Amino acid sequence: MTAPQTAPGASPPLVELNAVSLAYGEGREATLALADATMKIGQGEFVAVVGPSGCGKSTLMKLVTGLIPPTSGEVKVRGERVTRPIKGVGMAFQNATLLPWRTTRDNIMLPLEVVQPHKSRLRAERAAYFDKAQKLLASVGLGEFGDKYPWQLSGGMQQRSNVCRALIHEPQILMLDEPFGALDAFTREELWGIMQALWLERRFTAVLVTHDLREAVYLADTVYVMSRRPGRIVKIRKVDLPRPRTLETTFQAEFVDIVHELRERIQMEHG
Amino acid sequence: MAMTARQQRYARLAMPWLTLAVLLIAWELACLVFDVPEIVAPRPSQVFAVMVQRWDLLVRFCLETLWTTMIGFVLAIGFGLLLGLAIGASPFVYAGLYPLLIAFNAIPKVAIVPILMIWLGIGALPAIITAFVISFFPIVVNVATGLATIEPEMRDLMRSLGASNYEILTKVGIPRAMPYLFASLKVAATLAFVGSVLSETVGGNRGIGFLMLSASARNDSATTFAGLFAIAIMGVAVYAACALVERRMTRWAFRGELVR
Ligand SMILES: Nc1ncnc2c1ncn2[C@@H]1O[C@H](COP(=O)(O)OP(=O)(O)O)[C@@H](O)[C@H]1O
Ligand SMILES: [Mg+2]
Repeated sequence: MTAPQTAPGASPPLVELNAVSLAYGEGREATLALADATMKIGQGEFVAVVGPSGCGKSTLMKLVTGLIPPTSGEVKVRGERVTRPIKGVGMAFQNATLLPWRTTRDNIMLPLEVVQPHKSRLRAERAAYFDKAQKLLASVGLGEFGDKYPWQLSGGMQQRSNVCRALIHEPQILMLDEPFGALDAFTREELWGIMQALWLERRFTAVLVTHDLREAVYLADTVYVMSRRPGRIVKIRKVDLPRPRTLETTFQAEFVDIVHELRERIQMEHG
Repeated sequence: MAMTARQQRYARLAMPWLTLAVLLIAWELACLVFDVPEIVAPRPSQVFAVMVQRWDLLVRFCLETLWTTMIGFVLAIGFGLLLGLAIGASPFVYAGLYPLLIAFNAIPKVAIVPILMIWLGIGALPAIITAFVISFFPIVVNVATGLATIEPEMRDLMRSLGASNYEILTKVGIPRAMPYLFASLKVAATLAFVGSVLSETVGGNRGIGFLMLSASARNDSATTFAGLFAIAIMGVAVYAACALVERRMTRWAFRGELVR
């Protein structure tokens, strides 16, 4: 199946937002959280969204995944208008929300119990899925922690498990809502590397919400800057730095320049 | 003089027994010193003597109370769990039932015992129902609270995976509500005793409440107090059993807290 309206050669964007607005509440109580957002996210692109807190970044995530319907405008994924939660998404939030009664491995296998076709295969192919979970855990350095409970893990380990849970069912789109926000600087930078490696290997489409500009520039192909509430997209910055990026990269002039440029734009919001 | 950790633990275990012993001795001495007549307040030694003397009788009446209480309690668990899940999972059920439950809970349960007797006569049934009615409320409230406090992020995550409401309930809601359920059982079990003894005391021909009532009618205060002690012992035993089950079933909730 090909979308007829696109020119030959140009693949249609995976996610498309056209003048999307969202207001919470109704009538006089209504607060406009997001105003007139337009974006196009390509297949396999890594996008970062930065902006002051309360500007509607999490709201944007919920709109893209179809968890809430827009007040006006339209959201399209794979060329289809989104009206309910879309398929093929993984999500990770700042709060790891691992279930405390499950071991780490059982936690990251949770999506397999819910998402088709894994759901109906899980029982018969338990061993294969177990291996898959184990490999994924190992790839983020948690190979020996599968049998531990979440509260036996450090904050950084919990977030790594959180990312594993978001990826286990091999979603096409990964939504990350400030997943490293609560971590210390060292752990956070370590997780950037892990995140980038996972992305380079699997090439899912990623949307990362963050308030850390260095994080955005390190990980993203495109950075969207949002204004204060009601959030509008005020700047789109492509990041063309070669990959894999390393901590060394973060000290290079091009990297620092981009971070400065973004910071200046955000400071205008606070001025 | 500093205690080692082990000594401290033993001391803590011994504390309730020491307190009890001190209280009983004070009671005994006060009765002797002030020459309190037995009919007003029997000395603990007299109560224990009666307990030994009338052991068979006491055990028989205790068992009657115990099983009516337990039946009422088990009914309360089943009904409370179902109602709690319904209220916690559905805003509509919540809106419809919660105000009624609050109103019902505000009714003093003594008031319903005579009505139950009109309907059911005397016997075990009024006691079972009173125990049930008085003890299901904390279970409902706790289970509903457990469900209502699911993190919104977890709900979003499950929904984005395409989970049905039923899947969210079974995979996240119910396990999450379990510690709340077990925490409520301790309270509910004690309340169930209150309910059945209440019913036996208001009117009945069986159970420890009836024994106490008839003993006090005969001015046999030692036996009345023996009944009181027996209820207290059963209450503590059931409470301890519930606490043990709670610990067993929801270990994750306890360990999680200790570490954090
Ligand atoms: N469920 C909700 N009901 C009402 N207002 C909300 C709700 N969720 C978010 N908001 C409001 O919408 C605005 C944007 O929220 P959010 O998208 O969470 O911002 P961000 O993630 O950028 O910090 C905030 O002002 C917030 O108070
Ligand atoms: Mg947010």
